[in-house]
Amino acid sequence: MHIVVCGGIVPDPLQTLEPVATAAGPGLKNELLLPAILDPWAGCALHEAAHLAKQCEGSRVWLVSLGPKAKLQQVMMSLAQKAPFELVALDGPAHGFTDAHETAALLAEAIVSIQGLDRGRLLLFGGWESASRGQGVTLQMVGERLGIADQFQGVDRITLRDDGSFEVMERVEGGRHLVSWCTGPPALLGWATGERAEPRNDPQMGMKNMRTIMPALQKATPVSLAAEGLSYHDVRLPLQQRQTRIVKDMPPAEIALEIFDWIAND
Amino acid sequence: MTDTVLYLAHTEADGSLSRASLEALTVAQTTAAGLHVSLVVGLFGGDVCDAAASVGGCGASRFFAVAGADFASPRYASDAAAAEAIARATDATIVVAAHTSRLARVLAGVAFRLNGCIDTHVSAVDSSDGSIAVARWFYRQRIEGMARRTQRPWFLVIDPGVATAYVGPSVDIEPETITVLVPSTRTQTVGLREASAAEQTIRPDAALLFVAGAGWTRKQKDGQTHTEEAEQLILGFLGATGASLGSTKSLTDIAGEGLAVLHCLSHMNQVGQTGSTPRHPKGLSACCHGEEPHVVGWRFIRERRAVNLDANCGWARGKADVLYVADAFEVMRQLNGLLRARETSSRGDRQPIYSNAS
Ligand SMILES: Cc1cc2nc3c(=O)[nH]c(=O)nc-3n(C[C@H](O)[C@H](O)[C@H](O)COP(=O)(O)OP(=O)(O)OC[C@H]3O[C@@H](n4cnc5c(N)ncnc54)[C@H](O)[C@@H]3O)c2cc1C
Repeated sequence: MHIVVCGGIVPDPLQTLEPVATAAGPGLKNELLLPAILDPWAGCALHEAAHLAKQCEGSRVWLVSLGPKAKLQQVMMSLAQKAPFELVALDGPAHGFTDAHETAALLAEAIVSIQGLDRGRLLLFGGWESASRGQGVTLQMVGERLGIADQFQGVDRITLRDDGSFEVMERVEGGRHLVSWCTGPPALLGWATGERAEPRNDPQMGMKNMRTIMPALQKATPVSLAAEGLSYHDVRLPLQQRQTRIVKDMPPAEIALEIFDWIAND
Repeated sequence: MTDTVLYLAHTEADGSLSRASLEALTVAQTTAAGLHVSLVVGLFGGDVCDAAASVGGCGASRFFAVAGADFASPRYASDAAAAEAIARATDATIVVAAHTSRLARVLAGVAFRLNGCIDTHVSAVDSSDGSIAVARWFYRQRIEGMARRTQRPWFLVIDPGVATAYVGPSVDIEPETITVLVPSTRTQTVGLREASAAEQTIRPDAALLFVAGAGWTRKQKDGQTHTEEAEQLILGFLGATGASLGSTKSLTDIAGEGLAVLHCLSHMNQVGQTGSTPRHPKGLSACCHGEEPHVVGWRFIRERRAVNLDANCGWARGKADVLYVADAFEVMRQLNGLLRARETSSRGDRQPIYSNAS
C-alpha cells in the first residue's frame, strides 16, 4: 500500500490569534513566532496511515506538506518521533487566507512527482478540514487532479479485507456514520478523529526519520501563491465577549433552581 | 456576464429536503434577488417529485432534476456526476447549496471540474450592492471575514442554522430531467450505522446542549471517583430535558482508552477544535474547564452557563454568561430532582420540558 498524507501546519490551538493586514492580504499577528503543530485532523490521518502501513508489508507512507520551511522544520522535529514517514516539502505560505484551489494544484503536482509512488496502490489521506482555512475542499481537488473518483470525507475508520477491498465509515449528520465498501485503491480518505490515540514519542524513530526529513527540507521546492481573483475584507476577531457573572457561595439547590428556570424559559 | 443562481440540493431517504437544504434555498432566493437575476433549482436523488413540489413555489424560473436508484444514496462518483450535470445544464455562475455531509463530500470536486471555485461553511451571503461577498470563519471560528471572488462558477456551501428555512405552498412541478451516465465506480454504499449502540445522544435540533467534561471522571472531594453516578446524573438530565450531549476531548479520550464513563458517548460527541461546532440556543457545561480549543466549538451557542469548582476556569474569562462555582454532582442531583418533580406534577405527561429548538 502506498499512502500519501497531505497535511499542513497550523498555529497551536492554545495560542491567541489576531488578524493583521499585510501586503499579501490578511495574515496573523506575529505569525512566524507562533508555535506550530501539524494540522490536527491531518495528524489523525498520519497516525492511521502509520497503523495501516504496519498491517501491510511493503507499504510506504509519505507526508506532503506545504508551509514556510523554518516552521516545517520545527514541526518535523516532534512529528518525526510519532510515526515513520518520508517527507515531501513545499516551501511557501500556509495560513487561513491562502487559496485552497492553488494549494491543491501544488500538492497534486508534488504527489505526481514522488519517485517510486505507485498510483494504482495509492491511498490519498489528509484531514477532512484544516484548522486554518477549515474549508474541507483541498483534498477533493487534489483527488480530482489525480483522477481519484472514490472519495470519502470525515472518515473515522477503514477496515481492510484480505482481498484488498475495504470498508469506510464516514461521519454524517446526527452522530451517525455512513458505511461504504470500496474494492481497493486508489482512493481518497479525508480523516476526522479516527481511532488511534496520538502515539508516544519515540526518539529512536525520530532520529531515523530526521535522516531523510532534513534533506527533504533542504530541497523543499519554493512556491508562491497568487490568490488571483480572491480578496478579503472585514477580517476581524468576533466582537462577542461576555460579561461573565461568577456565582460563588450559592447553595447547590438554589443554583439548580436558577438553571431549571433558565432552561425552561424560552 | 449575467449571473444565474442555481440552488442545488439532494433529497433525503424519504424524498424530502432537509431543513439545512431549505435554509440554503432562502439564501439562494435572497442572493438572486440581490443580484436581480433568475433563480434555477437543481435537485438530485432517488425520487425528486415530492422535493420538487415542496419548493415549486420558490420563484425559480426553471427546475432540473437528476433522479434514479443510482442517485438514491450518497457516493462521491454518482453525486459528483449529478451535481456536475446540473451545474453544466443550467450554466450557473453562482451555485448555492447546503453544507450537508453529502454535498460537502463532492462540491469541491465538482467546482474543480467546472473550472470554478468554492467556499464552504458560509455563514452569510451579501448581495445587497449587486455583487457577492460571503462571510465565513477562519481558524475554527476564531476569526471572521468576508471574501469575494471573480472566478465563476462560484459554489457557496451554506452552514446550517444561518438562515430561516424556506416555507411555501406545494406546487406540482415537472422538472427538466437530465440523464446522467453513472461513471464506473468501485464504491458501494452500505448504509448508516449509529456511533453508539446506546440511545442516540447527539440531537442537533435540541434547544439545549449539555457538555460533560473530564471532571466527571476525576477524584472528588472524598478522594474517590464516582463515574457510575456521573453517568446516571447525565443520562437522567438528558432524558428529562431532551438535551443534546456534547463532550470535551479529554473526556472522549478517556472513553477511548476503555475507561468509558458514558456508554452513549463517543468522539462524535466531542465539541471544539477537533470536534463539532453545534448550533443550539442554550448550552450548559459541567466539569469542563472551558479551555479555548474546547470553547471554539461553542461559537454558535447563544446563551452559555457553566458549573465548575474552579472560579478561575476558562468560562470565567468572558466565555460563559454565568459561571456557577460549585460541585456539579450536587447541582445535577438537585436539578434532576426538580426535573423529576416537574414530570410528576404534570401527571404522567412524560414530554421532555422542551425538545426542539424554536
Ligand atoms: C490540537 C488540539 C485540539 C484539541 N481539540 C479539542 C476539542 O475539539 N475539544 C475539546 O474539548 N478539547 C480539545 N483540546 C483539548 C483542550 O485544550 C483541553 O485539554 C480539554 O478541553 C480539557 O477538557 P476538560 O475541560 O474536560 O478537562 P480538564 O481540563 O481536566 O478539566 C476538568 C474540569 O472539571 C472540573 N471539575 C472536576 N470535578 C468537578 C466537580 N465535582 N464539579 C465541577 N467541576 C469539576 C475541574 O475544576 C476542571 O476545570 C484540544 C487540544 C489540542 C492541543
